[in-house]
Amino acid sequence: MDVVNQLQRQFIDYSASLHREGFLDDQFTQLQKLQDDNSPDFVVEVASLFFEDCEKLINNMARALEQQQGVDFKQVDASVHQLKGSSSSIGAMRVKDVCIAFRSFCEAQNREGCLRCLQQVTHEYSLLKNKLQTLFRLQQQILAAGGSIPVVE
Amino acid sequence: MESCNCIEPQWPPDDLLMKYQYISDFFIALAYFSIPLELIYFVKKSAVFPYRWVLVQFGAFIVLCGATHLINLWTFTVHSRTVASVMTTAKVLTAAVSCITALMLVHIIPDLLSVKTRELFLKNKAAELDREMGLIRTQEETGRHVRMLTHEIRSTLDRHTILKTTLVELGRTLALEECALWMPTRTGLELQLSYTLRQQNPVGYTVPIHHPVINQVFSSNRAVKISPNCPVARLRPAGKYMPGEVVAVRVPLLHLSNFHINDWPELSTKIYALMVLMLPSDSARQWHVHELELVEVVADQVAVALSHAAILEESMRARDLLMDQNVALDLARREAETAIRARNDFLAVMNHEMRTPMHAIIALSSLLQETELTPEQRLMVETVLKSSNLLATLINDVLDLSRLEDGSLQLDLGTFNLYAVFREVLNLIKPIASVKKLHVSLNLAPDLPEYAVGDEKRLMQTILNIVGNAVKFSKEGSISITAFVAKLDTLRDSKAPEFLPVLSDNHFYLRVQVKDSGSGINPLDIPKLFTKFAQNQSTGTRNSGGSGLGLAICKRFVNLMEGHIWIESEGLGKGCTAILIVKLGMPERVNESKLPYMPKMPTNHGQTAFPGLKVLVMDENGVSRMVTKGLLLHLGCNVTMVGSSDECLRLVSHEHKVVFMDICVPGIDSYGITIRIHEKFTKCHERPLLVALTGNTDKVTKENCMRAGMDGLILKPVSLDKMRSVLTDLLEHRVFFEAI
Repeated sequence: MDVVNQLQRQFIDYSASLHREGFLDDQFTQLQKLQDDNSPDFVVEVASLFFEDCEKLINNMARALEQQQGVDFKQVDASVHQLKGSSSSIGAMRVKDVCIAFRSFCEAQNREGCLRCLQQVTHEYSLLKNKLQTLFRLQQQILAAGGSIPVVE
Repeated sequence: MESCNCIEPQWPPDDLLMKYQYISDFFIALAYFSIPLELIYFVKKSAVFPYRWVLVQFGAFIVLCGATHLINLWTFTVHSRTVASVMTTAKVLTAAVSCITALMLVHIIPDLLSVKTRELFLKNKAAELDREMGLIRTQEETGRHVRMLTHEIRSTLDRHTILKTTLVELGRTLALEECALWMPTRTGLELQLSYTLRQQNPVGYTVPIHHPVINQVFSSNRAVKISPNCPVARLRPAGKYMPGEVVAVRVPLLHLSNFHINDWPELSTKIYALMVLMLPSDSARQWHVHELELVEVVADQVAVALSHAAILEESMRARDLLMDQNVALDLARREAETAIRARNDFLAVMNHEMRTPMHAIIALSSLLQETELTPEQRLMVETVLKSSNLLATLINDVLDLSRLEDGSLQLDLGTFNLYAVFREVLNLIKPIASVKKLHVSLNLAPDLPEYAVGDEKRLMQTILNIVGNAVKFSKEGSISITAFVAKLDTLRDSKAPEFLPVLSDNHFYLRVQVKDSGSGINPLDIPKLFTKFAQNQSTGTRNSGGSGLGLAICKRFVNLMEGHIWIESEGLGKGCTAILIVKLGMPERVNESKLPYMPKMPTNHGQTAFPGLKVLVMDENGVSRMVTKGLLLHLGCNVTMVGSSDECLRLVSHEHKVVFMDICVPGIDSYGITIRIHEKFTKCHERPLLVALTGNTDKVTKENCMRAGMDGLILKPVSLDKMRSVLTDLLEHRVFFEAI
């Protein structure tokens, strides 16, 4: 029981820190609420889908911005838009914020700015991915130890 | 003696007598001869002499007479017959000429006489003309004097100068001995000697105004001769000589108060001054008519000049007064502005400074409430929270009141659930009431509409305040709250004649009556209840709390809501009834509600609120599609997911109750789909409800949705609770547009 409590406390702290540092926002909490007996892995599934989506979109954007002759900003914008939608759906706040800035550069057709934002997005995305994977690992450990995942309000 | 042919003289020649006759004859002849010579000489010299030939006749006559006398000389001695005949001839001729001349003179002498008469007549005429010339000259000179006097008088607007100049100039023109002006005193009963010509500073010498002579002078506008013994004329010490003639004339004085344009020719109240003029005492001068006329004219001019001076004085005084008032008003205005600014600054500071710690207290207390606490701790935290909420309310009250008084407060209109408001009030008041063992009952009329348009927060605040007062001032018994739609006859209150309700289709009047069985109020104190800061001291306010602002604020809110609030009480100890009437709007068909958080509704975790509800979710973005699906699954819906508009059209059927469309994704023409779905389902009840999910918070999106025929709009991000309540609302009203 001690182990479970410890793990649970760790989980709570880690979760709180993620929220505090702005990696996740309220939407993620909502997603966690949706997890129940009918869909026990709901959050993990959504997260995996998000990661896939992200990678695909980032690649698209990188390719589009690398074009020497005439960057197709419309395409870039569309990708950013998708990314923004996904990140806000999952509650990835920092990624979403970068996307907002990214969009304004796209509208201004500023290649340098876009490249910078792309770098930032990639950076944030990888950070988030690591953090979430750590979180999920903790969850699995708790479940393996026989405890239940505490609900963080 | 020889005998001769000479004629014997009658008498013998006496020598002495003869000698004398001889000499006289000689001289007569001489004179007779010289007169015509003189005549001729002088006639020749004169220019005009009409009767020349008379003169010739006369000359002839005289010459012949002379000749006769000359010849007579020879007859004294013995003379011959020739001499006698010559003598006779001469005499005959003389006789003839003299007779002719005598006859001629009969004609001539009347003529000569008439010449004389004419001459006399002309001389008289000349004298008369001379006199008239003299008169005209005098008059012209008088006129000149008057003009000069007038010029002098009118050249200044200073009262003293005018009067002094008048006297000086008159004295000079008319060569007066003394000239004086008597002005009426303030009381109007006496005349006071104000100005004199010779004396520099007249002593205040007064004369009663009702003297017959003075009355006589005042009654006519001519200059009147008065007796030198009259009191007004006794200006000089009595001298040895007879005092000269004295004349007095009235000078009308115009006061601004009785200066009416219509009355200008006749003065409404007649106030006169008296001008007295004295001729030099030892001259035998008399007042001539032209001098009197001069005096009258001058008196009139003086009157006009004085009135001008008075008007000018008045207007200068008024102008000075206005300037002073202006300065004072400016100062007052600046002071008022400073005061207002000071008050606003104070309020702003108070607003911020007091709210910041309050915010910290409330926020942290509520956060503390969320943590794990022992029951005692929880109770403590709750008390802290309640007290700080009360304090926050108080601050808000004061700020509200000041904003209300400024007139800057505006109602936040919105559609809200009326029943919910009352339930909320009841819930809030029940704990306190139960502590005091008061029974609270709520009675809502069946015809009271569930939704209304108005300022929900302030309405609740008002009702809560009244109910709170009812609870506060009741020690035992019961409180009953009744609410119903007021009909016209129940709207009128005789005590408030200015409250004129107007019924219309869009509005209704809500009437709330709160009756308590508490301590009641003295009917005389009722009017004071709604004045701010005035507390009813007699009802033992030691534990009543409150700042006395509550009812005042309520009244202002009610007034803003075009309503009326009043309290009735039969007296102390008999309880009282508070009645509130406000005007609320009828909600339209399209429900625009704010986030309908029902605060007291318990969150049902995992409850399947909508079992088996078939919904279709269309979203291009995989992640968000999955999230929405998760939400709906959690609520128990049967979710179909599509990723494109074609799929959507293909799969949509009458079994689906709601279709959620994400419309912020470019590439999907959500509006087009909407139209096509409308076409597909002709019957209204078969068609699924079309709801847009969007992250766009601009009104254009919302308008486009409404125009395209969508039934609802939800803003992302959607939380679980939000989705639950949205679905509830949606299925109940078949329309839901979130307020943007």
